[in-house]
Amino acid sequence: MSKKTKNICTGIAILLAIVLITLFDRDVIGNAYVKRVLNLAAIYAIISVSMNLVNGFTGLFSLGQAGFMAIGAFSVAIFTVPAEYINSIFYLEPMAPWLAAIRLPFVAALLVGGLIAAGLSLLIGYPVLRLKSDYLAIATLGFSEIIRIVFTQMQTITNGALGINRIPGITTMWVPFGAAAICIGIMVLLIHSSYGRAFQAIREDDIAAEAMGINLSAHKNLAFAVSSFFTAIGGGLYAALLTSVDPKQFYFTMTYNFLLIIVLGGMGSVTGTVIASFIITGGLEWLRFFDEPLTVMGVTIPLFRSGLRMVVFSILLMLLVLFYSKGLMGQKEFSWDGMYAWCKKIKGRLSGLSKKKGGA
Amino acid sequence: MGTQVLSVSDITMQFGGVVAVNNLSLHVDEGEIVALIGPNGAGKTTAFNVITGVYAPTNGQVLFQEHLISANYPRGKMKKKYLGEADTADKYHVAKSITPDKITKLGVARTFQNIRLFKNLTVFDNVLIAKHMRSRANFLSATFRLNHKEEKQNREETMKLLEILDLADVKDEIASSLPYGKQRHLEIARALATQPELLLLDEPAAGMNPQETDELTAFIRKIKDDFRLTVFMIEHHMDLVMEISDRIYVLDFGKLIAEGTPGEIQNDQRVIDAYLGVQKDA
Amino acid sequence: MSMDIFLQHLLNGISVGSLYALIAIGYTMVYGILLLINFAHGDIFMMASYFMIFAVVDFGLPVWISLPMIIVLTVILGMLLERSAYKPLRNAPRMSIMISAIGASYLLENLAVYLFSGVPKGYPDIPWLTKVINVGTISFQTVTVIAPVLVIVILGALMALVNHTRTGMAMRAVSKDFETARLMGVRIDRVIAVTFAIGSGLAAVGSVLWGAKYSSVYPLMGVMPGLKCFVAAVFGGIGNIPGAVLGGIVLGLGETLLVAFFPGLTGYRDAFAFVVLIVMLLVRPNGLLGEKEADKV
Repeated sequence: MSKKTKNICTGIAILLAIVLITLFDRDVIGNAYVKRVLNLAAIYAIISVSMNLVNGFTGLFSLGQAGFMAIGAFSVAIFTVPAEYINSIFYLEPMAPWLAAIRLPFVAALLVGGLIAAGLSLLIGYPVLRLKSDYLAIATLGFSEIIRIVFTQMQTITNGALGINRIPGITTMWVPFGAAAICIGIMVLLIHSSYGRAFQAIREDDIAAEAMGINLSAHKNLAFAVSSFFTAIGGGLYAALLTSVDPKQFYFTMTYNFLLIIVLGGMGSVTGTVIASFIITGGLEWLRFFDEPLTVMGVTIPLFRSGLRMVVFSILLMLLVLFYSKGLMGQKEFSWDGMYAWCKKIKGRLSGLSKKKGGA
Repeated sequence: MGTQVLSVSDITMQFGGVVAVNNLSLHVDEGEIVALIGPNGAGKTTAFNVITGVYAPTNGQVLFQEHLISANYPRGKMKKKYLGEADTADKYHVAKSITPDKITKLGVARTFQNIRLFKNLTVFDNVLIAKHMRSRANFLSATFRLNHKEEKQNREETMKLLEILDLADVKDEIASSLPYGKQRHLEIARALATQPELLLLDEPAAGMNPQETDELTAFIRKIKDDFRLTVFMIEHHMDLVMEISDRIYVLDFGKLIAEGTPGEIQNDQRVIDAYLGVQKDA
Repeated sequence: MSMDIFLQHLLNGISVGSLYALIAIGYTMVYGILLLINFAHGDIFMMASYFMIFAVVDFGLPVWISLPMIIVLTVILGMLLERSAYKPLRNAPRMSIMISAIGASYLLENLAVYLFSGVPKGYPDIPWLTKVINVGTISFQTVTVIAPVLVIVILGALMALVNHTRTGMAMRAVSKDFETARLMGVRIDRVIAVTFAIGSGLAAVGSVLWGAKYSSVYPLMGVMPGLKCFVAAVFGGIGNIPGAVLGGIVLGLGETLLVAFFPGLTGYRDAFAFVVLIVMLLVRPNGLLGEKEADKV
């Protein structure tokens, strides 16, 4: 495929996306539910790509996404909830006065959350990433639980277990999709910069990377901090989408959603991750029917009841790692050439099939 | 004779009760090609790993030019278990070592015995990564492409290096897909991209046939002159070693048993014994 | 704080620590051999608790039959887990194995929610473990004394196994060098299966003692003990069995005393283990009893 054709294809794709989002946004197609799922998928895409930056591109195993999300979500909740509602929300104990005095615009609250998350990630990363990066998984899992515990305890700041509601919501789909484009765009730029190449060198062979003059600990911490920053941004958007947050939402199992997304999309593939975000977020909604009683021809099938959805989810995760560990894309990125080759392959298979049928 | 580029003094490297390198002292002078030889398990690679900062020695000191790479003396638990010959605790009463990346930055580059490339990355990226260390951009300016001049220059230099090392035609191949000999070349290219003054080669001719070994001999000479390098290498192929080296050190069971010019080494009875395994009491 | 209250806390801390020790041994042995954090270990412990409820409450079996039965069942579950989630990935990248471990852990948790519901169930009462003994002004359950004694006996038995039997020798060989041990004819798969069996068996024993102490059984009960016990294993020196026991006891004791001396921190009790992990990695990354290992280059 020539470069010109590719550019035309890319142009058409972008235009199509813009048109589609506009149509959804103006309620020409779809409904509130579909819109919400699409918004959620866009936010999940940010968080999953940032998780992939650490797990897929740098080769570290971090499981702290839920905790960093919580930081971003509460930052948005605390700083953007309108002053007039504060007293009625914090009815058990009033919000700390110094905090109630600070009201920030949405974008500023997002950035504050991101910076706090990045700072905390360095606090964990510095001791853990110096030597045994193996322990990062446990340390981040523990961290995400501690954040939840701490947020439940800090009554005057986070309103404890009650959480915060009446957060100003997202009014247009352009907010999550625009944020996703910017955040993922920045991460792609980072990945393709000399720092991003250094991350990949560490993933491929850390001893050789160090022998090439790459400071392992500094680069691992950088990847981890950037990832935490964008995860918190995603968390902030999530809070605005839901308009209410409480610590229970950020149970560590939430991280597994993103794990499933990056495994399906391919560890080390941004485009794969974005595609998988939409598939998994949509799929998880679709899987809800597993939790409802199912009646076929008057007979209620006993298997279908609350809890089955998550069993299916975990089996899916295991099957993916066991039999499809490269995911959709492996370490490759989407390209029109790849698409073309894939279409040809499928076409070849289909014609092969029809020939067989014809012969028989 | 030039100035000393590398000087290793009284190095002992002990893992638990196993003494891998025992009281090794050597030096490499500017512009020399020096070889470290010895039977399998003599401690050559361990010595390399001490020099490049992968291990901190149990005792002794490593200097690169005037920079201290590492210095140590037996302490803590090791104090009782220490089995090295030299009791030089007084001499090196410092415990300091810098990490491999900083050593590379000072101007020491290395290759590995069992090739360690960035397997899933392209040949071009493998070399380009080595340029990262010397780039002045921070992660923000790199992300937002404020360093595009530097990046462009790095890419050009990388391309030039690939051309010199005869790898330009495979620059977009994935590193692990290259034939073995090319992978060795790539490892050397990557090391050269760090702009070293001292190049450490760990068995560069391993797995090569005589013809490839001859080519390698010429190749090492060429890069040594082109890049004004000092070369220190571990090698088993005696043809290569004898032809190329200015001086040779011989290691056996962790100890230095001989040093000298190729001519001297060839006629050294201890070396012949070590290689042929003559028993002393026989 | 008076002396007897302090003693009471001390005793309590040691018994909690002994429970941690039993679970931590499983982590440390698996990590020592496979360099794998067996994320599902805490969930094996949880399943063992449910097995006991089924045996005693639902089937009405006497405790002396249920006990060996649930240990056997848990061992089978552990080995099954190894066969299905870890063995197929023996030569896969480390990351895949860890994700598979997470998947297995999540599967067990969700299966428990699905099968037994998220509502906590009561652990059957085992009188000889929960009986209260009074010594002077101190009173405690028998399990408080039984747990540490049992841990010491088990530690002795394990050390004998590891140091003086062929299986133990194979285990040490595999943990030193996986590939070489394979080439030397050690049956790797068997060694790994035995390791998982021992770890799961000890988790089952731990669950019985845990049940006597806390009595509440729910699908996510294994998560926190699991995470903490891994920290305990790191604290003692990962791969080192006496280290895991020491780490477990120190952690349990520290946690209990912290809450005893600073009641204001009760809500942060679970955070203590992770603070310990961070501090330990800064100060002594190889753990209390761990030895420094050199990377192969």
